[in-house]
Amino acid sequence: MSEKVMQKRKWQMTIALIIIIAITYLSAAITKFNFIDGLVAFPEAIGWMFSNLLITQESLEKLPTILDKLVETIFMSIAATTTAAVVSIFLGIMGSKTTSINGFLSTFARFIASVSRNIPVVAWALILLLSFGQNSLTGYLALFVGTVGFLTRAFIESIDEASHSAVEALTATGATYFHIVNKAVIPQSLPQMISWILFMIETNIRSATLVGILTGTGIGYTFDMYYKSMNYNVVALVTFSIVIAVIIIELMSNYIRKVIM
Amino acid sequence: METVANPTYMKRKRNGRISIKAGSKSERVIRLTMMLLFVLTVTAFLLFDYTGLELWTAIVETGQNLKVMFFEPALNHFTWAEAFYQVGVTLGLAVLSTIIGAVIAFFLALMAATNLSKEWVTKVVRVIVAFIRAVPTVLWVLIFAIAAGLGSEAAVLGMLFHSIAYLVKAFSEAFEEVDKGILEALRATGSSWWHVVIHGIMPSTFTYILSWTFLRFEINFAVAVAMGAAAGAGGIGFELFMASGFYFDLSEVGFITYAILIIAIILEVFSTQLKNRYFPSSVRN
Repeated sequence: MSEKVMQKRKWQMTIALIIIIAITYLSAAITKFNFIDGLVAFPEAIGWMFSNLLITQESLEKLPTILDKLVETIFMSIAATTTAAVVSIFLGIMGSKTTSINGFLSTFARFIASVSRNIPVVAWALILLLSFGQNSLTGYLALFVGTVGFLTRAFIESIDEASHSAVEALTATGATYFHIVNKAVIPQSLPQMISWILFMIETNIRSATLVGILTGTGIGYTFDMYYKSMNYNVVALVTFSIVIAVIIIELMSNYIRKVIM
Repeated sequence: METVANPTYMKRKRNGRISIKAGSKSERVIRLTMMLLFVLTVTAFLLFDYTGLELWTAIVETGQNLKVMFFEPALNHFTWAEAFYQVGVTLGLAVLSTIIGAVIAFFLALMAATNLSKEWVTKVVRVIVAFIRAVPTVLWVLIFAIAAGLGSEAAVLGMLFHSIAYLVKAFSEAFEEVDKGILEALRATGSSWWHVVIHGIMPSTFTYILSWTFLRFEINFAVAVAMGAAAGAGGIGFELFMASGFYFDLSEVGFITYAILIIAIILEVFSTQLKNRYFPSSVRN
């Protein structure tokens, strides 16, 4: 690096830092966030957690109902992810440049994906709650819509990345469109797709808690109920059971990813 | 099938028999995973609790609701100025948790990078990060709300946790990719650990750090909306919750959804450009 480049870099870094600090102050002013209060609150909060969030004998009695709800939530996230994956494969094939049938369908697929991804899951949950009411299907649908948006983008990327030469080779042999998709595109991008699906299952279990709080279903509702009645021992138990479930699923999907990639 | 002519390429079992099972281990695992997911999905639909659900009327009603939302958006309970202010609050929460998170994550990532730190420190930091990631953000925010009192402090502290966990992973991977030669040259001149960080690591990873931080900002905007709705953290998310849960005002829900959608799409366009510029291959979350 010459001296001039170094100097330029230094200037860029300084300007970037100044802008960042200015934005931070502006945000603090808008949200009425007080740095000192935040700093003081943090150790207090941690101390509070260690003295109040304890799992006691009494709370362990609630374990069966909690596990029941947890299983329901996990099933909900898996179902939402797999069904969304099926829809996303079609949208992904429509949207990807290598396999798109025509420009209109490609844009259409990308548009649907973009809208369903960028409207937050919370908004979907609240909208669906109005007419579907308090049951598992509301949460399922909210997760489903968000997942379709995310997975379609991911699948489009993996199809674009994986299969150029294979598609060309098959086209040269005179294979039909369905042959190409079936024998070249899907097999090549399948490991990548499964990896994304596993990632989305992990994410969805966490989002399912959030959706559950809003729609009154699953483990989120259980948490909210004990949280509002200030039974913090059970709150701790619920939190720990979510943590253990998420970590187990993460370990499983890490193993699968290692084997297939 | 041509490989049959050449016995050395034949797959054999341990006792010398020719293996007739098709496919490799990875193919078998893929098939097994897909079958497992299929079975679990079918069971899930059987286990769902369908209390009080009339599917057809619900679908028709949702269709009508969506029509009102997207074609007749309007503001009824607050003004344009207030709408801008609430969007600003949500963006502010996202900015604060991202930037404070990035600063803390930077130091933790130095401890988590294998080329800068001791092995046991790396492991401890990674285990803590994995634990933090496993607790949903909304639970962090709610727990902080009782422990630290309501207000933006609780929301920012709760959102910080996941931002830190995410950024530590991204930053430490970027640090580990820094050219070994640079670090070796600096160490050979007898520079201290801090010198290595400031003159070796910082200049070569600065753009990465900024891009990753921005990518996290995009995520944090959606998180801030969610926290407003589910944990009472204020901002546009809270207005969304009020409009749909208390006023049942679909036009207003539509307006708020449009506001969120526009900002989310702007952020996405920016971050896609960043990704294409700085991360040529696809980015894992």
